[in-house]
Amino acid sequence: MDYDTKQTAAWVTGPILLSLVLFGTLPLWVEAVGLYQYLGVEVLIWVIFALGFNLLLGYTGLPSFGHGAFLGIGAYAFGLAQFEVWANLWFCLAAAVVVAGLFGAVTALFLSHRRGIYFALMSIAFGQIYYFVASKWTDVTQGEDGLLNIERLPVDFGVVEFSIRDNAGLYYLCFAVYAVLVVVLWRLTNSPYGRILRAIKQNQTRVAFIGYPVTLYKWSVFTLSCAIAGLAGGLFAMAQEGAYINVMSLQWSGIIVLMVLIGGGFVSFWGPVLGVVLYFVARDVLGAYTETWLLWFGLMFVILVMFKPQGIAGIWQDLARRVAARRGRAPDAVSRAEG
Amino acid sequence: MALFEARGLHKRFGDQVVLERIDLSFEAGRLSGIMGPNGAGKTTCFNVLTGRYKPDRGTVTLDGEDITGLAPHRIVARGVSRSFQIMNLFDEYTALDNVVIALPEVRARGFQVGHGLDGNSAAQDRAAAILEKVGLRGRERVNARRLSYGERRALEIGVALATEPRLLFVDEPTAGLGTAATARLAELLGELKAHTTIVMIEHDMRFLFGLADRISVIHWGQVIAEGTPDELRENAWVRRSNLGGLA
Repeated sequence: MDYDTKQTAAWVTGPILLSLVLFGTLPLWVEAVGLYQYLGVEVLIWVIFALGFNLLLGYTGLPSFGHGAFLGIGAYAFGLAQFEVWANLWFCLAAAVVVAGLFGAVTALFLSHRRGIYFALMSIAFGQIYYFVASKWTDVTQGEDGLLNIERLPVDFGVVEFSIRDNAGLYYLCFAVYAVLVVVLWRLTNSPYGRILRAIKQNQTRVAFIGYPVTLYKWSVFTLSCAIAGLAGGLFAMAQEGAYINVMSLQWSGIIVLMVLIGGGFVSFWGPVLGVVLYFVARDVLGAYTETWLLWFGLMFVILVMFKPQGIAGIWQDLARRVAARRGRAPDAVSRAEG
Repeated sequence: MALFEARGLHKRFGDQVVLERIDLSFEAGRLSGIMGPNGAGKTTCFNVLTGRYKPDRGTVTLDGEDITGLAPHRIVARGVSRSFQIMNLFDEYTALDNVVIALPEVRARGFQVGHGLDGNSAAQDRAAAILEKVGLRGRERVNARRLSYGERRALEIGVALATEPRLLFVDEPTAGLGTAATARLAELLGELKAHTTIVMIEHDMRFLFGLADRISVIHWGQVIAEGTPDELRENAWVRRSNLGGLA
């Protein structure tokens, strides 16, 4: 189970443009379909988190099951930087990225020479350590109460400043972050670096024996993924106007895995995006009918894993191949770039 | 001076001693063979020589440089490559991509993110030439997992060659191959030995004796005999054993 092998040198592709159009216009139509502005903010923040997480799970095959901790660390770092150092949006977001990245870098020192179940267990262990430290270190994190009253800092360009106190404003900040990140990650996954990450997923031993320092690659991608989680955490702190330990829990670390797998993160760059959108739409739409919506979502996960482990993206790819075959093109002629 | 030497190698797993005082020496420009019965410790020996396992005692030198216990990627960087008895390929990649990713110039740009590999026509051409050399011309765009067993064996060697080794370790390359594929492989290794030093573990004694310049016999984790194929045919232990009969 892997991505298509054709690589592209393009920085911007059709699917990227489509996603930019859809997300860029979302505030204009989201209420017309019965949803609300804040949902868009949540979706984009978790899309950012999920895209970074999929570098690990989907591309490198590293099952990190404690990743929510780094989202939380980013949120706390954003809040503490705002309260204690400098209440500037760019500085606080940079603090979220750097602090989460540093925690990731240190954690990766212990994880990057492991694989499979040992990697997974160690990631859970570190996630739990960070969770319990955050819950007990009340002087810094305010424990179970969380860091309250984190402000949505204005977008300051020096000569001009935009307020993001309303959800639409915050949404467009998240959208701008998404737009940059999706292009950067697309390039990264279509570069030699991305090809090597995927090779590590397929056969770590062989990668070492053709001369690559596998541990260094795993360390670097784990650190990068944690830094992106920190970025999402900084945005999440503003969205919630607080930083709380619940996102650092094992449950939330499991939910990001759920989102990425249901979407099809193992076979498509876009899998995490699909998974996050499905999760939040299911939460709001199914949640309107039943409090047990997560049970139905979980059942969908079970069915997908049993019958279509490639997720929604895999179903979409199958349909595309069938359509291509009907039009008289050989399945192999369905040329798609990685993802 | 030998290109590659192992002195006093010792390796144990728990209570079991697998290698005991192994001394081996491989001259440049030769094809050296390692033979021995199943469980003799041949593959463990390869694994120690190529950095997969660290020896408990002993030294390994390449061109006089001590490389004992170095990580595999550091040993590869010094010009040592290997193929595996149990095939280690990137099954989801095409045959061409399996080779491209192993090329030194691609490895040197492993952390670059501003370009794709498919646009690197020089690397693609070099990889295609390697595939042609191992008999996989026309199969460049086929995923490794869709190749036949014999083709996968050939690709295994192609990937090892792509690292541009001056010393190539080949672990049981004929395992599972038919007569025709074995003959093609013998032809390939015969060509390669003209410009690459090769060390080969092999169970097919006719194959090994036909190609090797010098052979070491490992049994019970020790080197019990060494010599040219002709010398080994006269060796009492080899003659008594089934191994000698096959040669």
